[in-house]
This record gives sequence, C-alpha cells and structure tokens, in this order.
Amino acid sequence: MTVVINTLKPVARAEPADKPAPLYVKRKAIYPKRVKGPFRQLKWGLLLVMLGIYYGVPWIRWARPAPQPQQAVLVDFLHGRFFLFGLHLWPDEVYFITALLVISALSLFLVSALFGRLWCGYACPQTVWTDLFIAVERLFEGDRNARMHLDAQPWSVEKALRKGGKHAVWLLVGMATGGAWIFYFHDAPTTFRQFFVGQAPPTAYIFFWLLTFTTYIFAGTMREQVCTYLCPWPRIQGAMLDKDSLQVTYRYDRGEPRGAHKKGADWSGRGDCIECTQCVVACPMGIDIRDGLQLECINCGLCIDACDEVMVKVGRPKGLIAFDTDANVLARANNQPTRLRLVRPRTIFYGVALTGVLALTGYGLATRPTFGLHVVRDRAPLFVRLHDGSIRNGYTLEIANRSFERRKLDVIVRGPGDVGLREPGEAGSATGHIQITAEADQVTPVRLFATLPAAVLPGPLTPIRVTLVDAADGKTVGAAGSVFTSDTAAGR
Amino acid sequence: MTAESDKHGAPQIEKDPVTGTDTTGHEWDGIRELNTPLPRWWLYIFYATIVVAIVYWVLMPAWPGLHGATTGVLHQSDRANVEVEVGKLKAMRATETAALGGSSLQQIVHDPALQRYALSLGAATFGENCAACHGQSGTGSKGYANLRDDVWLWGGSLEQIQQTILHGVRSGDPEARLSQMPSFGRDAILKPEQVSDLTEYVVHLSHRPADAAAVARAEPLFKDNCATCHGPAGLGDQSRGAPNLTDAEWLYGSDRQSIHDQIWNGRGGVMPAWGKRLDPNTIKALAVYVYVNSGGQ
Repeated sequence: MTVVINTLKPVARAEPADKPAPLYVKRKAIYPKRVKGPFRQLKWGLLLVMLGIYYGVPWIRWARPAPQPQQAVLVDFLHGRFFLFGLHLWPDEVYFITALLVISALSLFLVSALFGRLWCGYACPQTVWTDLFIAVERLFEGDRNARMHLDAQPWSVEKALRKGGKHAVWLLVGMATGGAWIFYFHDAPTTFRQFFVGQAPPTAYIFFWLLTFTTYIFAGTMREQVCTYLCPWPRIQGAMLDKDSLQVTYRYDRGEPRGAHKKGADWSGRGDCIECTQCVVACPMGIDIRDGLQLECINCGLCIDACDEVMVKVGRPKGLIAFDTDANVLARANNQPTRLRLVRPRTIFYGVALTGVLALTGYGLATRPTFGLHVVRDRAPLFVRLHDGSIRNGYTLEIANRSFERRKLDVIVRGPGDVGLREPGEAGSATGHIQITAEADQVTPVRLFATLPAAVLPGPLTPIRVTLVDAADGKTVGAAGSVFTSDTAAGR
Repeated sequence: MTAESDKHGAPQIEKDPVTGTDTTGHEWDGIRELNTPLPRWWLYIFYATIVVAIVYWVLMPAWPGLHGATTGVLHQSDRANVEVEVGKLKAMRATETAALGGSSLQQIVHDPALQRYALSLGAATFGENCAACHGQSGTGSKGYANLRDDVWLWGGSLEQIQQTILHGVRSGDPEARLSQMPSFGRDAILKPEQVSDLTEYVVHLSHRPADAAAVARAEPLFKDNCATCHGPAGLGDQSRGAPNLTDAEWLYGSDRQSIHDQIWNGRGGVMPAWGKRLDPNTIKALAVYVYVNSGGQ
C-alpha cells in the first residue's frame, strides 16, 4: 500500500509502554453522523439498486420446456443444475463458475487499481446492509449526538423502546435477507407459499435462520469489524493500489497547517482544514482520513460530503477531501503539474488478463457441447466367449444430453472388423451401428454388447472408437475411444 | 508441623510449603501425601454417568438372566427394529414391486425405469444367492454355467431363465429341470476304449483335429448312446439340458481329458429351486438381470 506520509503533522503514536500492548483491542463504538451530498445520494441510489437486484432476481421468470424450472436464476441442488437465464450448467461444468470468480477477481483488481476500493464503499453487501442498518438505527435513536446521549443514559422505558424497536426492525431486515436467499435455490413463488405454512424444505428454514442471524450480527453489531478483521480484501488491496490510483484522499498540501479558524479571519499562512472533525464523525469506519490512506478506509466518500459542506460554509473551495491520487497531492505540494494516469503497466496487465479470461469464457460457452459421451467398459467379466468362438465385451455408454429435447442418436462403433453391436433384448446390428434415444437433460446409460471374431483381434487389447451422430442432421456430436479385451494372444 | 486449630476449633489443614497444596495428614517415612482431589467437573460427570447407568438399566435391556436379559421398560429390541426397518424398506419399494408384479418380463426389459429397478434388485439378489456358484460376475466356472455368454443349457429366453430359477436343476422340485447323463465308463455301459473313441468323436464334432480311425469307430457308438439327447449332429437339446457339443463353450472343460472324464462319469450339477426362498417379484428381477447381462439368446 502506498502510504502517504503526512510530513506536516506527525502521526500520533502510542507511547512506548513498559508492558507490551494487549493483542485484543476492545471495539470503540462508532456513531456515524448523517451527511448530505452527492456521494451520499450515490450511495442511497446504489443501495436501492443492490437491494433491488438481491430481492428481485429470484422473481424473474424465464420460459423453459415443461419439466424445467421457470426461474431465470436458480441453483437447483436437488437436480444438480444451475440456471442463469439462457444458460444452464451441469455439475461437471463447474469450471464456468470458476471462470466467473476469476472474472470477478480481475474486475476487482482493475477497478481498485483505477479508482480505489469502489466495491468496498458502494457495492459490497456488508456495506449495503450496514448502511441500511445505520439508517434504521438513526430512525429509532436519532443522529450521532442523540445516539451517544442515549447510550450514556441509564436504562429507561424510552431507551428500552428505542433500542428494542431498532433491534426488532434489524431482525426483520435480517429475516427478509435470509428469506430472499432461499429463493435462489428453490422456485421462488412456490417456496414463498410453502414457507409460511411450514412445507418448505428443511434446508430452506436452516438457511433462513442462518442468513437472518449473520445479517443481524454482521450489519448490526459487527459492522466495520467485518471489514477490518474478517475480510481478506483490505489486506490484499495494497497490492493493487499505487500512487496513481484514485482514492478518497485528504489533500494535506491544501489542508495543512490545520487549526481552528475564526469567522472573518485571514486564511493566509495556514491550511484550509479547520479541525471541525466533521470528516471523522461522518466516517462509518471510525477513522480519520487526514491520517492518510488506511486499510480500514472503504472509499465511500462520505467524508468528502461532510467536508465539502463545511468548506462551503467557511467560504473555501470544495474538495479538501476528494477522490485524488497520491502522486497528484505530492505534485501539488511540490508545485508541479498534476496529471491523471489511468493507463499504467498495472492497469494494462489487469485489463489484458481480464479480457483474456472473458474471451476464454466466451469461447468456452459458445463451443459448449450439447452431448457428452463416456464409455465405461465392463470389468467383470472382461469378456466372454460366445458359442461360435467370437469374443464379446460389454460396455455402458453414458450419454449426456444437455439439451431440453430428447434426441435420436446413432451410435457407431469401429474396430478391426465389423463390430456386432446390440442392446440387451434387441436385435442389434452386425455392422456396429445402432440408434438410441438420449433423454432430455439427463445422462442416458446405454448398455451395449460388442462382438468381434477372435480371428480379427490383433492381441488381448484392441482399440475401438465410439462415435455419436445426431440422427436428425448427421453431424458428429461426440466421440470416445475404449478398448476391446480378449484372451487372444498377439500374433496368433 | 502439627495440626493446629483455628479460632472456631476446626483443625487447621497443614499446607505443603513447596507447592502450597493441602496435605491429607498421612505420612510415611517423612513423606507427606498431598491432597489433590479430582477436579469437580470430572467428579460431577462421573456421578452423572452413574445416574445415566441406573436409568439405562431401567429403560433398556441390561441384566443377563437364565432365559435372556431383562427387557427394560422400553422393550428395546434390535431384532424388532431391523424388522421395522425392513418393513419400511418394503413399503418404500411397494410401488416398484407392484409394478414388477404387474408387468410381464418383456415389459420390464423394455421399460427403462422398470428395467433399472429390476437390475438393481437383481444385482443385489444375485450377489447374495447366485454368486457363490456362478461367480460374482456371473461367468461361472468348471461345472457351473456361465451366465454371461450366449450358450444356454436350459434355454436363454426370459421365461426359460425364470423357470430355471424358480424350480432349479435336479433340485427335487417336481417341476425342476431334470436330466441325467449316464456314467458310461463308471457304470461299464461302454468299454474304456469305446469311451476313448467317443472322446475323439466329440473333439471332431467341435471342429478340431481328431484321430480319424477313432472317429470312424465311434460314429455308431455316438448314434446309439448319445444322439438321443445331444442330437445326431451333436447340436444338443435345451428341453433336456443336453449341451451343444459343436460350439466353443464347455461346461466341464474342452480338453480331451475333461471330455473323457465327462463321458466316463456323466456328471450333472444341482441348482436349488429359488421359488421356495425368494418371492416371485425378486425372481422376476433376477431373471431380467441374468437376461440383460447375458444379452439372452
């Protein structure tokens, strides 16, 4: 992490003590003050968007053939299918989920390198729900000063009512959050009805209570501790940021030396920071942005709104705290020109990597095969000798049909000679060619007996090739190799 | 140190000066015993286990007697529990079992869902009852028929397989598959050299090089003694369980010694009548399992 060393004001450090400092620091209560301004507006707007996505997505319907679920986004653990609008994935295609995670990670890297921790400040569920919970808290207990006052008071009926109301609403929000979660795993309208009459699957209730509990704890009581102590991202982000990354920055070149300012007094010879500490009291993470970039800072910009309001009041230009780069702050301090370098080796690397993974994933999705073929050879017995001395091997073809229609497929088996081929109880073919039906959206096991005369077998292990051809259009849709076993010695 | 009394008159407990632990007052050759009682939590758990044990004796079978153990007030019985579980399993399978009962063997083979159920049930039943002789993979061994190939002693259609399983072979069941090859050598029906000639003849029947003079000598012998069951050309007869002598499959071995032994002794295997042990639906599933895995005939 590029740490701005505030050269003008030494950072206050703990006094060197005789005994080592305790490893556990008790949480100091944070009472974020309400702020008004464009960043706050943006945060409210994004909060609505994020909550809208979370609560709304399971209710989007998507037309699919009859037995398939009609829900656009559904993780169907029961049937082992993942539905994402037009895409439907089988468990063996989990690498697409991996690709999604890699794309998410690289996007996060790129955005962080360019604009700092926007994810943390605006989109992360922890931030969104904490914001919502603080709003609820403010509704019941008032703004910062009222909350501090209330906490300092002894217990009274009013305090109990205010606190109780807050926790009740928190719990309701938590329940709504846990309740929405289960809709991603079961058909939403059906589960909604079942849920209230006790007929939903047990896992639905388990996850409902689990998510209710974690929402309540994470957003209600743990808040910034989740970011500081639980989340690995603040620790990793240092590797993504550099001096050209835009981030919420206290422009010390303009602010220092700071100090109280009397109305009408001269501004020359001093900085613009009047030590009103509005940036500190507005901070939901409980830090002082003027100490420079810190791992606790989630880049939400609420201190910018708080500071701008004060700057307008005292008649100074806005932007004492702003989205800026460390390089520019330093440049201004040294009276050098500022510039914004978005294209840097770091951002180029992240961009290229992201584009590459996106292209690979796109290619993978575009060329995703509809059919899968897996040839499982009988192991006991390896082979049997038939009445005419020919050798027969048993196979099970596992034919995966990932489409929603049942399809007629030709199974062609090629070996050293004409392969006698039949399904048990069927007439079969003498030339290694039969037709089977692959059921829709499932793996159809097809048991096959392949027979070859002992005379054509070159040795105990003979390679054979199984090809699947779509009977409708004659296209090869799958192929796999296997071996034909016998006790025929090589060269006999 | 001597035990002193505090102001209430209770004896003051002597402490070990090194560890500060109370002593018990016991002393041997100047060694004093420290009083380090078991931790309280340990003791309480120990007492709790005693209570649990007493409750257990009352509730569960515990004390052995001359005629079995005490039953306990709960009358817990693992045997009864297993029976309940088996009953539940049967209830769970009731639909499929009824479907097996209501379908013909042909219908079971051609209905994928029913076939899958029959194959699972058949595989388990085969493993428990049939594998001992026919082998886990059903390929048999010398004297025990291979159920995986296309050669059938008593017929390889679904109905014939079912019939064989139901009534067995030489099992004593009135409808059992029954045939008996004479012991031509042992019972002196034929002379030893005639048995040798017949051996050459059987080798010749299965398209292998044989002593031509012996084959010529054996031809009338075969017609008189063997053709009744095995047919004039040695093609066998499934209605009598007479194997085809011209194919590549040999129940008792294909070499001259094995063929000679068979003509000499006229061996025939025994298979139990499974209809007496397994219910008809399980036998249906078994027939389907054997048929599907062999490809039938």
